[in-house]
Amino acid sequence: MKRLRLVIAMAIVWGGVAISAPSPDKSGQGKGATTPSKASTTAPADTEPLSAGLNPFEAPEFTTRASVIDELVFSQLEKLGIKPARPCSDSVFLRRAFLDVIGTLPTVRESAQFYADRSANKRAALIDRLLAREEYVDYWAMKWCDVLRVKAEFPINLWPNAAQAYHRWIRTAVRDNMPYDRFAREMLTSSGSNFRVPPVNFYRAMQNREPAGIAQTVALTFMGQRADKWPEEKLSQMAAFFGKVGAKGTQEWKEEVIFFDPSKTNATPLAEPHFPDGSTPGKSAHGISGDADPRLVFADWLIRPENPWFTRAIANRCWGWLMGRGIVHEVDDIRPDNPPVNPALLSCLERELRNTKYDLRQLMRLILNSRTYQLSPIPADPSRADEARAQFAFYPVRRLEAEVLIDALNQVTGGAEHYTSVIPEPFTFIPEDFRAIALPDGSISSPFLELFGRPARDTGMESERNNRITAAQRLHLLNSTQIQRKLEDGPQLEHFLKTESLSRPDITGLYLSILSRHPSESESEAALTYARKNKGKPREAALDLAWALINSAEFLHRH
Amino acid sequence: MKIDLYTDGTPLLLSNNPLSRRQLIKSGLLAAAGLLLPGRSLAAPLIKAINPTQGKAKAVIQIWLWGGSCHIDTFDPKPGAGRDYFGQFEKPIPTNVDGIQLNELLTNLAKTADKFSLIRSMTHGNNGHETAAYLVQTGRQPGDRQVYPSMGAVVSLFKGYDAGYKGLIPPYVVLTEPQGRFSEAGFLGSRFKPYATGGDPAQTRFAVEGVVAPGITEARQQSRRDLLKELNSLDHALQSDPQITNAIDCERQAYDLILGDAGKVFDLAQEKDALRERYGRNTFGQSCLMARRLVEKGVPYITINYKGWDTHKQHFQTMRRKLPELDKGLATLLQDLEERGLLQNTIIWCCGEFGRTPKVQWDAPWNGGRNHFGKVFSALVAGGGFKGGHVLGSSNATGEEVKDRPVYPCDLIGTMYDLLGIDTNAKLPHPQGIEAKVSPPPGEKTASGGRLIELI
Repeated sequence: MKRLRLVIAMAIVWGGVAISAPSPDKSGQGKGATTPSKASTTAPADTEPLSAGLNPFEAPEFTTRASVIDELVFSQLEKLGIKPARPCSDSVFLRRAFLDVIGTLPTVRESAQFYADRSANKRAALIDRLLAREEYVDYWAMKWCDVLRVKAEFPINLWPNAAQAYHRWIRTAVRDNMPYDRFAREMLTSSGSNFRVPPVNFYRAMQNREPAGIAQTVALTFMGQRADKWPEEKLSQMAAFFGKVGAKGTQEWKEEVIFFDPSKTNATPLAEPHFPDGSTPGKSAHGISGDADPRLVFADWLIRPENPWFTRAIANRCWGWLMGRGIVHEVDDIRPDNPPVNPALLSCLERELRNTKYDLRQLMRLILNSRTYQLSPIPADPSRADEARAQFAFYPVRRLEAEVLIDALNQVTGGAEHYTSVIPEPFTFIPEDFRAIALPDGSISSPFLELFGRPARDTGMESERNNRITAAQRLHLLNSTQIQRKLEDGPQLEHFLKTESLSRPDITGLYLSILSRHPSESESEAALTYARKNKGKPREAALDLAWALINSAEFLHRH
Repeated sequence: MKIDLYTDGTPLLLSNNPLSRRQLIKSGLLAAAGLLLPGRSLAAPLIKAINPTQGKAKAVIQIWLWGGSCHIDTFDPKPGAGRDYFGQFEKPIPTNVDGIQLNELLTNLAKTADKFSLIRSMTHGNNGHETAAYLVQTGRQPGDRQVYPSMGAVVSLFKGYDAGYKGLIPPYVVLTEPQGRFSEAGFLGSRFKPYATGGDPAQTRFAVEGVVAPGITEARQQSRRDLLKELNSLDHALQSDPQITNAIDCERQAYDLILGDAGKVFDLAQEKDALRERYGRNTFGQSCLMARRLVEKGVPYITINYKGWDTHKQHFQTMRRKLPELDKGLATLLQDLEERGLLQNTIIWCCGEFGRTPKVQWDAPWNGGRNHFGKVFSALVAGGGFKGGHVLGSSNATGEEVKDRPVYPCDLIGTMYDLLGIDTNAKLPHPQGIEAKVSPPPGEKTASGGRLIELI
C-alpha cells in the first residue's frame, strides 16, 4: 500500500515518474501490479496538460507521422467529404493502447511513466513495449481461442485435457509470433493424439465433423466466409478435401487421435474435390495422388500467397480487432455482395502481410502507429457519424469485453474473481488472482463473465461475443454486492477510503488509478463539492467517487 | 476414480433402441395409445386439437433437479424390485389419488397428488450431464452444427420484451445461479440468457445482485447517481453515439429497479412468516416462494436451479436430506398457486437431465450410489392446462426400461409450448438466417412419442 501511495503522490506532485530502466511490468500477471522498480524522481514538470478548450479526449495535433494506411484512409475521407475526428489525447491513447494490445489497464506507475516521457516517439515506444508483454500473449490467445472454439463443454466437448493442450499450443504460437500461414497449416494438416499434437484439436473442436461441417468451419476460420451461403455444389466440392479425416479413441479418457484415414466412408458420397475458386487439384501442381492426404492438398492451396481469400481474411480480421470494425464488415462475412469499404486499404494490409511473411504482430504495429488508429472517439460531425464510422473517421467506443472488464475492476480495486468449471475436474483449479484474459478454457467461467456476454465458443463466429451493454449488466455494476464489496474491501482503494476528508490529491489519485488520467478542473471541483456535501462521511464520499468513476462510460468502454 | 462419472451415453437412436418404434408397434403399444410414426406428422392434428392461440398458460416455473434425480426414489417407486433396487426406500406411501404412490419421504406431495401429474416414461438414452441437460431443456438431439435455445429462452423470445412484456424484471429468471453446461440462449445470443439473481432467498435479506445493495440508503443512491451524471465526461462528449445512448437507456431501467417498486418483489419479508415456514426455510423452499412472487409480477419463465442430485455416492443419505426439502417446497408451491388462482395459468415442470441407475451400486467406491440413467426417468407436471392426478406412461418392474408410452423431451416441451400458445412451427431468429423452428419437425432424427394429449 505504501508503494502505491508513494507512486500516486509522485504522479501528482511531479506529474510523472521517470523510470530509470523501462522494464516491462511482469507482475501484471497478478493483481494491480504496482510494484515500482527504482524510480528516479528527476522527472520534469507537469505533463499531460489539458489543452485549453479541449476535452480530455482530444489533442490539437498529431504526434505521429502519417503512414501508408493514413494516406489511403484520409484520401478516401476527403473524397467522400467526411471530416476525420481530431487526434486523440495522450491519456486516451495510453488507455486505448493498453486495452487494445494487452487487454489490461495501465497501472498508475505506467501512466505516470508515459506522461513523463517527453520524447517525440513515445507512442511508438509504448506500442513496442506492449507488443512484448506477457499479457499481449494472454489476450490474443484469448481472441484466437474464441475463433478456434477452445472449450471443454457442450457442444464442443473437447474436455479439459484437450482444451488445455489446445490453448497452450495457441498461446505458444502467439508468444512466438508463429507466421500465420504456418499457424493455419498446422491446424489443417496435423495428425495424432489431441493431447500430444494439440493443433489436431482444430478438427476435434467442431460440433459437426461431417466433411461439409468441417469445410464450413475451415471457410469461416481461414477464409472469413460463411459457406452456408454458398451454392451447395461449391460446399460439397470443398468438403471432399475433408472426407478422409479419421478419428478414433484411445485407452486414455477422452483422448482422440485425428488421422488420415484413406478407407473412411461417408454418409454422403464425396464429390469431386474442387477448391473454392473452382480449380481442381488435378489441373494444378497440387494433384491428389492415391495415397495423399487431401487435407494437405487443400492447405497448400489455401496458404499460397496468391490465394485471394486467405490473406484478405486475416488482414481484415486483424484490422477489425483493433479498429472495432472490419474493412469488410462483419469480419467473418466476406462475400461478393459485401465489398470492402476501402479496397485499396485492404489490399495494402494484405501486401504488408505477404511482405512480412505473415507476421501478425508487425501488422498490428503498423495499424497501431497510424494516425487513423490514433483518432479521437468523438466524430467531427455527429450527424454523419454512421458514414464516418464505416470509413474509420473516428475511433469507435466499445464496451470492454467481459474478461477485460472484470480484470480491470480487479486491478483497480485489488480484488479477485472466482472461476470454476462445471466439469468438476482436477485440472480446473484456478488460483484466486488469476486473470480472466488468461483463462485457458471457455468452460471455466464465473457469473460475471456470463452476464457480460462472454462468447459461448460454440461456432467460432465473431458475433458470439456480445459487448452491447444490457440493463442487467448496468444493474450489476451500479448496485451489486459484488462490485460494492470490491470497492469497499479492495486493498488498492484502501488508502483513499481512509482519508479524513477527500482532498485534491485523493481525487487525482482516484482518477489516475481508475481512468488513467488526471481530472479536469471541473471534474475536481465536482468531486470536491460532493465531498463537502458529505462532510463527516469522508469514506462514503471517497467510495462514491470511486463508484462513479468505475461506472462512467470512460471506464466501461475502450475509447 | 472420478472418470466414469462423465462417461457419455451414446444417444439412443431409434434403430438400436430396445424400445424401437417397430417393436412398440408390434407389441401394440403405440397402436393402443393411438400414436403414429414420427415420420408422419403426428404433431399437426394435435396442434389443431389444442389450438395454440387458446393457450391457457401464461408462465412457467421449471424446477431443475440438476445432476439427475433418481426416478425410483421419487415419483416411480419400485417396492417389488428388491433391496438391490429400492435400497433404503421399501415402503412407498399412498397419495390422495387412488393408485398413485410416492416415495415415503414425499408426504406433502402425497396430499396434493390431485394437483399434479407424473410422467414415468421419460426417456432419451443419454448419460452425459451436458448433452442430457441440452436434450431435456431444448428437446433437440445434440450433434448438428446448431446450439438451440433452451425452453426458457424460447419463452422469453415469444413472451418477453419483443412480445410486449413491459416488466422491469427480465422475462427469464433463474434462481439463483445459471445452470451452465450449455449456453441456455443458444444461437439466440446472450440477450436471451436467463437473469441469475445470485444471493440466497433463505437469508434474512435476499440480496439479489444489483437490485438490493446492502447498506446503501435511497438518499445516497440518489446523490451518487447525480455525481455519476455530472462526472460522466465521455457520455457528455458522445451524446449521439449508439453505444452510449444504449448504455444510458439501460442505466435508466436499472435505476427504475433499484429505486422503484419493482425490486420489492424480491423482498420476501413481505410474506407472512407462517407461509415462509410452510415453504421450508431453505434455499429451495424460499426459491419456490420467490418463483410464485415473480409469476404474480408477470415474469413468464422462472427456473429454479436446484442442485445436488448427482448422487454417485452417499445416495440415500442425500435423499433423506433433500427429499423433505423438495417435498415441502414443491407441495406448498402448488397449494399456494392454487389458493391464489394462479395454478391454472402457471405450468410447473420438475425433472432433472436424466434418472439414476435403478440398481444400486453397493460396491466400493460408490458404497450405495446410483449412476446416470437416461433410458428412463420421471417428470412431474402441473398447472397451466395440465390435468392433475394422472400418471402417464410407465417403466418396467425394476425401473430400467420404459414399459409403456415413451415420452421424449421434445414431446414434453412441445406440449408446454402448445399450452403457452407458442406455435411450434414458428421460426426462431437465427443470426445467420438458418432455418430453425421452435420445435424439431417430426422426422427420423428426433424421436417422438407425440404430444401429451392424455394430460391435457
